[in-house]
Amino acid sequence: MSIYSDFRLARDEIYKCMKCGNCQEVCPLYLATRKEVTVARGKIGLLEMFVTGEAEMTAGMAERMSYCTTCMACNEKCPCGVRFDQILLAARAEGARRHGLHPIKKTAFTMLRLQRFFNFGMKTGGKLQGAIFRRVEGRDYGARMRVDLGLLGQKKVFPRLAEKPFRENRPTVYVQKPKLRAAFFTGCMINYFYADMGEAVLGVLKHNNVEVLIPEAQGCCGTPAAVNGDVASAIELARRNLRAFEDCGAEAIVVACSSCGSAWKHSFARLLEDDEVYGPLAAKWAARTYDINEFLVRVIDYDRENLGRIERKVTYHDPCHLRRGQNIFQEPRDILRSIPGVELIELKRPDRCCGMAGSFCIVHPDLADKVLAQKMADVAQTPVQTVATGCPACRLQLWSGLINTGLPQDAVHVVQLLNESYEKAAAH
Amino acid sequence: MLNKELVKALTELLGKENVLTEPEDLMNYAFDATAAMPKQTPELLVTPRSTEQVAGVIKLARQYGTPIYPRGSGTNLCGATIPLERGIVLMTLEMNKILEVDPENLTAWVEPGVIIQSLNDAAAEYGLMYPPDPGTVTTATMGGSVSMCSGGLRGLKYGVTKHYIMGMEVVLSNGEVIKWGGKTVKNVTGYDLTALFTGGEGTLGILTKLLVKLNPVPEARKSLLAVFDDLDKAGNTISAVIRGKIIPATMEIMDNTTIRTVKKFTGADLPEDAEAVILIEVDGYRETVEREAAMVEEICSRSGAVSVTAAKTDEERDKLWLARRNALPALAQVKPTTVLEDATVPRSQITSMLRAIRAIAHKYDLPIGTFGHAGDGNLHPTILTDVRNKEEMERVHKAVDEIFEAAVKLGGTLSGEHGVGLGKARYLPLEFGPAGVEVLRWVKEAFDPHYLFNPGKIVLRG
Repeated sequence: MSIYSDFRLARDEIYKCMKCGNCQEVCPLYLATRKEVTVARGKIGLLEMFVTGEAEMTAGMAERMSYCTTCMACNEKCPCGVRFDQILLAARAEGARRHGLHPIKKTAFTMLRLQRFFNFGMKTGGKLQGAIFRRVEGRDYGARMRVDLGLLGQKKVFPRLAEKPFRENRPTVYVQKPKLRAAFFTGCMINYFYADMGEAVLGVLKHNNVEVLIPEAQGCCGTPAAVNGDVASAIELARRNLRAFEDCGAEAIVVACSSCGSAWKHSFARLLEDDEVYGPLAAKWAARTYDINEFLVRVIDYDRENLGRIERKVTYHDPCHLRRGQNIFQEPRDILRSIPGVELIELKRPDRCCGMAGSFCIVHPDLADKVLAQKMADVAQTPVQTVATGCPACRLQLWSGLINTGLPQDAVHVVQLLNESYEKAAAH
Repeated sequence: MLNKELVKALTELLGKENVLTEPEDLMNYAFDATAAMPKQTPELLVTPRSTEQVAGVIKLARQYGTPIYPRGSGTNLCGATIPLERGIVLMTLEMNKILEVDPENLTAWVEPGVIIQSLNDAAAEYGLMYPPDPGTVTTATMGGSVSMCSGGLRGLKYGVTKHYIMGMEVVLSNGEVIKWGGKTVKNVTGYDLTALFTGGEGTLGILTKLLVKLNPVPEARKSLLAVFDDLDKAGNTISAVIRGKIIPATMEIMDNTTIRTVKKFTGADLPEDAEAVILIEVDGYRETVEREAAMVEEICSRSGAVSVTAAKTDEERDKLWLARRNALPALAQVKPTTVLEDATVPRSQITSMLRAIRAIAHKYDLPIGTFGHAGDGNLHPTILTDVRNKEEMERVHKAVDEIFEAAVKLGGTLSGEHGVGLGKARYLPLEFGPAGVEVLRWVKEAFDPHYLFNPGKIVLRG
């Protein structure tokens, strides 16, 4: 039994809340709306009434559970130690069991399960994207939707889909006398949108004498399904990925996406708690999964000697699922500071959510924009040329915000800067 | 049943986005930060954005005989915002502008939905501060804080909310708008309605603008932590500091239950068998602070403290404050339900009150951790329980009754800073007698004859 399969397991967590409302101070959605339904206390209040039988889990209540970016800022603030993200995941799963999933989400998660079909769709999209998206002038890979599909809005800027997915025909990166054999779990965003990030990961690992395997059978990490209550899809994807990596012969898994990292480290084991075969596998790999920043700093002690100079003022946005999800915030800053010429200037609140939150920004685009606007206001006050982050999803959101706000900065992953620095040193 | 015409009229007045009618949006307002209270879902919620809109809402509510429950962030601790008779919750959060900071008159005009910390941030740009600092300073609104007359950690030297409210704009139950008070320090024109509305808990009128007094930010501050193995010695120290003509900004106390709990949850460096710790902070000009801190240290040692630690740096200060800051959070983690009271006694009676609470805890076999503002006699006996355990909750209610009785017997009051609201309305005769309660009713009915504003709080219908 896990919180995903049995809502009753979230009851004690719900009763821990003393309704003090301290979560209001940090909740990005509450700060944007000032409505109790958006903050942890409000939703816990609703769920408590469901638990006591004072209220039904109506379709309306299930819908209200979508008002959360799962940024976990409330967890960190809570004086009672309530793990609201766990309550929310349990509530969404319960909501989905009772009322089904939104038809768009249902189709999307089915796509994710059918990896081959999904891959074909994204590849076709890569070829046809000119018809759907209009390029943003002056930017080489940004595009907005030509028509409003009534879903995403026409405002959001998307990176161009890779013409060829990053993983396609990708051989193992062999190195002489490898320090370690690592398997790279790319996640969907790097595979289909941000091949440049994938290349950077391979570049820095190769430079540091790490052999990199890219198991072909890997798929989506299942986070979109898990956080929306589609437990069956999430479990199937977790099993698929565990199978793909169990047989590949790697000693560690490296990820460069904060949500994928959290999935491998936390969600798989929770989803597969009752699974005698895959449960232990999930636990085993959870202990061997590393975010790329963590891997470089804590596991292989990356090469800090052969770094080329990059004269740039940079700030760092903390992805929620990296900082609060995996307690990783020092490592990316260490890497940035180690690059000669890079000056790290902190944002006012670097750990404030950017509002992307995966499918959240699709379901609540206006709200996601409001949250993003705050982040952009912070960036505008910080004299930097580049916004670095540790997650492709945050990168997309930041980058779309920068373009729409008319800010000149670029948004990149930390490893891209590190890779650039290695390449500069090599060119000399 | 909710009148459809009323909803329509309110929607026309405020716009659709400022009127919530869906049950799933309204159930969130059935409770506030108070533990073990009855819940009640309002019929609708409105978010007016101007005084005129507030007046319009009140006129409509009166016309349809629907009660109005004003609400800010809903962080009060006496059930003051629970919409007991359903009706309309009037949420002030969209009236959230700081209208003016006046550094010459040391005042600021704010709207009721401004978060206290936002006012402090705005005042800080002028080297000023708004001294009242309830524990909810980063979440509570000015409107709520003024309506509840909240206190905080600096009461001893700086007083509480009522000492900082100089004037206000209020919408009355007949829909008329009045302005009272002003920027002058002296003002004896007419009854002091500003003082009456401060702490009025939203039962007399709706506050729409507030004029507050600001203070210069003190140049320096210094914290000291004294540990005691005996409650009497701790009590004597508090008296000795005051007798020594020192008025610290903060003088906080924690009892043994709180110390042990905080130590368990935070690993704070405190002796487990200590009977009490006192945290003292002095502030002012640098020279004064140094001199007062030395005097406080000497007094603590002389009064029998086991140890006295003075913070030399900001990091050391944070370390000393760690235990106090975590007192409530740590206690709250022990059991699911945390019943937090604020019975208050003259500061000379602190030791007697702590002993009385300990005896009550023993009698009803309940874990009660007590911490609080020793300098102003305001204690927070915190009962750790589980609302789902009916038998235990009965003992909790009896213990609360006895805590109130003990406070009043020692010359104190039921509530130092949380207010009466729903939680303490029935205890008022204990403090005022029937004649006193009747006077409250006169005042209520003079301002709000139809019980339109926050009915069920402070004054119950006769």
